[in-house]
Amino acid sequence: MSEASHDSGRGPYQRQVEIGVALGTALFGAVVMYGSMKVGIGWGVEGPKAGFFPFYVGLVIVLSSVVNLIRVFADTKPEWVFASWSQLRSVMSVVLPTAVYVGALPYLGIYLTSMILIGGFMKWLGRYAWPITAAISIGVPLVAYFTFEKWFLVPLPKGPIEDWLGL
Amino acid sequence: MLEDLGSLFHGFSVALQPYNIALMFLGIVLGVIIGVLPGLGGANGIAILLPLTFNMSPTSAIIMLSCIYWGALFGGAITSILFNIPGEPWSVATTFDGHPMAQQGKAGEALTAAFTSSFVGALFAVIVITLVAPLVAQFALQFGPAEKFSVFFLAFCSFIGMGKEPPFKTIVSMMIGFALAAVGLDSVTGQLRLTFGFTEFLSGFDFLIAVIGLFGIGEILLTMEEGLAFKGKAAGINPKVVWQTWKELPRYWMTSLRSCLIGCWMGISPAGATPASFMSYGIAKRVSPRGHNFGKGEMEGVVAPETAAHAAGTSALLPMLSLGVPGSPTAAVLLGGLLIWGLQPGPLLFVEQRDFVWGLIASMYLGNIVGLIVVLTMVPFFAAILRIPFSIIAPVILVICAIGAYTVHNSTFDVVMMLVFGIVGYLLKKTDYPLAPMVLAIVLGDKAEEAFRQSLLASRGSLSVFWSSPLVGTIMALGLIALFWPLIQGAVSKLRSPPTKAAT
Repeated sequence: MSEASHDSGRGPYQRQVEIGVALGTALFGAVVMYGSMKVGIGWGVEGPKAGFFPFYVGLVIVLSSVVNLIRVFADTKPEWVFASWSQLRSVMSVVLPTAVYVGALPYLGIYLTSMILIGGFMKWLGRYAWPITAAISIGVPLVAYFTFEKWFLVPLPKGPIEDWLGL
Repeated sequence: MLEDLGSLFHGFSVALQPYNIALMFLGIVLGVIIGVLPGLGGANGIAILLPLTFNMSPTSAIIMLSCIYWGALFGGAITSILFNIPGEPWSVATTFDGHPMAQQGKAGEALTAAFTSSFVGALFAVIVITLVAPLVAQFALQFGPAEKFSVFFLAFCSFIGMGKEPPFKTIVSMMIGFALAAVGLDSVTGQLRLTFGFTEFLSGFDFLIAVIGLFGIGEILLTMEEGLAFKGKAAGINPKVVWQTWKELPRYWMTSLRSCLIGCWMGISPAGATPASFMSYGIAKRVSPRGHNFGKGEMEGVVAPETAAHAAGTSALLPMLSLGVPGSPTAAVLLGGLLIWGLQPGPLLFVEQRDFVWGLIASMYLGNIVGLIVVLTMVPFFAAILRIPFSIIAPVILVICAIGAYTVHNSTFDVVMMLVFGIVGYLLKKTDYPLAPMVLAIVLGDKAEEAFRQSLLASRGSLSVFWSSPLVGTIMALGLIALFWPLIQGAVSKLRSPPTKAAT
């Protein structure tokens, strides 16, 4: 994936991604088989051991992934682009902030992080004016607070600010 | 039979309590909003709202959640017709004729036809459930482990054989689900497995997290990639248009009936609403005298897929209620709800939880009537929601998904897993791996494995237990037929048509 360019029509080929996914599922299957072997895949006192069922599940994943891999190589259709780099960039513009959001959530609580996430999206991707950005990014967590914590009595993760406010 | 009718009336008296009626309205409105918004659908919408019902009585909870499901089914039609964007996969076929009608200025007619056909399809399926489900449940009460496993086997084989995705991709997706379900404590031996020393994996993977990630986050990533700009047609519905369309609809009774039957069949076998809507559209196009006009804005082309999708979506609850095998991802989430509320899905439900079952069935009748009224009167409001720019909607949906994922087990690790499932879901969807079998396998994995191991235990490891009685044998044989259906179909068509020399 080093061929990054600013040409919007280019990007990784579907075939490359298919191969990657097939290899990934095969690896997953192998890990499952390895994990099952550790707990025993044979026949114990109480019947099949704990690893019996998942072992064969893993085996089927590996075998089917190999079939899928062969099918990718046997396919003679012309290659097409999986997604252009600019499309992938917009996908990453969701994935990266969400990853930061998810990572910060245990420490800062859900309310502050949600405000930053919504506000950031509206400001950078939507280029909205500050008043409406502020209204929505503060409004949504507030609604969530009252719906979950007050009406349905479901606690959500809180951070230092909520502690300081004594909520 | 008469006893069931009595139970049904009792169910109506439960469902008609003011509190439950209010929940019905709330559920339908939420459901339509969920169906209209990109990134939220029936399955993950219900998964997110499920934690809110932990403190309700199971009957009220299922009434609200199933109404969200009906609402989502209705909502898909709005986006397809007005915006040419299928809000749900099962409403793709509705865009073929629905959107052309809207472009010709007949949006009101198209919407009325779609909603009314949805209602007819759902009603037909509920009647089927009322009549058939108790019988199936009674029959299934005699099932032993081998029979139970054979039913699971049939359900999963139909996915592989009947799905439109490449069979080996379906198998991979399904087996990943089974593997994820196996992580954590083994229910038979009490042993830990596949945790690789991570304490976070001790309790296994919850399918609700998978549903929220795969369908919710994955869908947002897909929408982001396509860079959607919503350009919609105005929605004008007034009583006159509704009345005129209703006068026209009885003409298509044959299409309706056929679509109802297709829908029920596809819904009960877990093929689901999406193939049902396409199949129904395809057949209507071939059979109808107006077939040449399909795709250009023919009302019959709206009636056929909508009726079938709703019939399938509704009848997917039949195997869920009577056998404990859900027919669709959304039904699977509802089944997960039953487990959380402490109810054991399956045939015993009809014996031990009569109030619950018949309250649910009665609420299906009422919920669809409420749904029809709500969507007919509130279309402009729902269409306005879609005009909210994606740069506002996307982060709000992300936050809602995160809250939903967190509240399942009050665990922030689940929120991380949600994002992982979302990225995996995006990749799998783009490479043609179906997601529904994975979700169903995560839900049913433990039960299928338990049934499988108990059967083997009884037979001391011999697979012949699955052919030991006519009943098990028949279900297993049906499963094998479903599994190899593409091959059988190919062989039959080869035998029928004389071999042509032109090889492709």
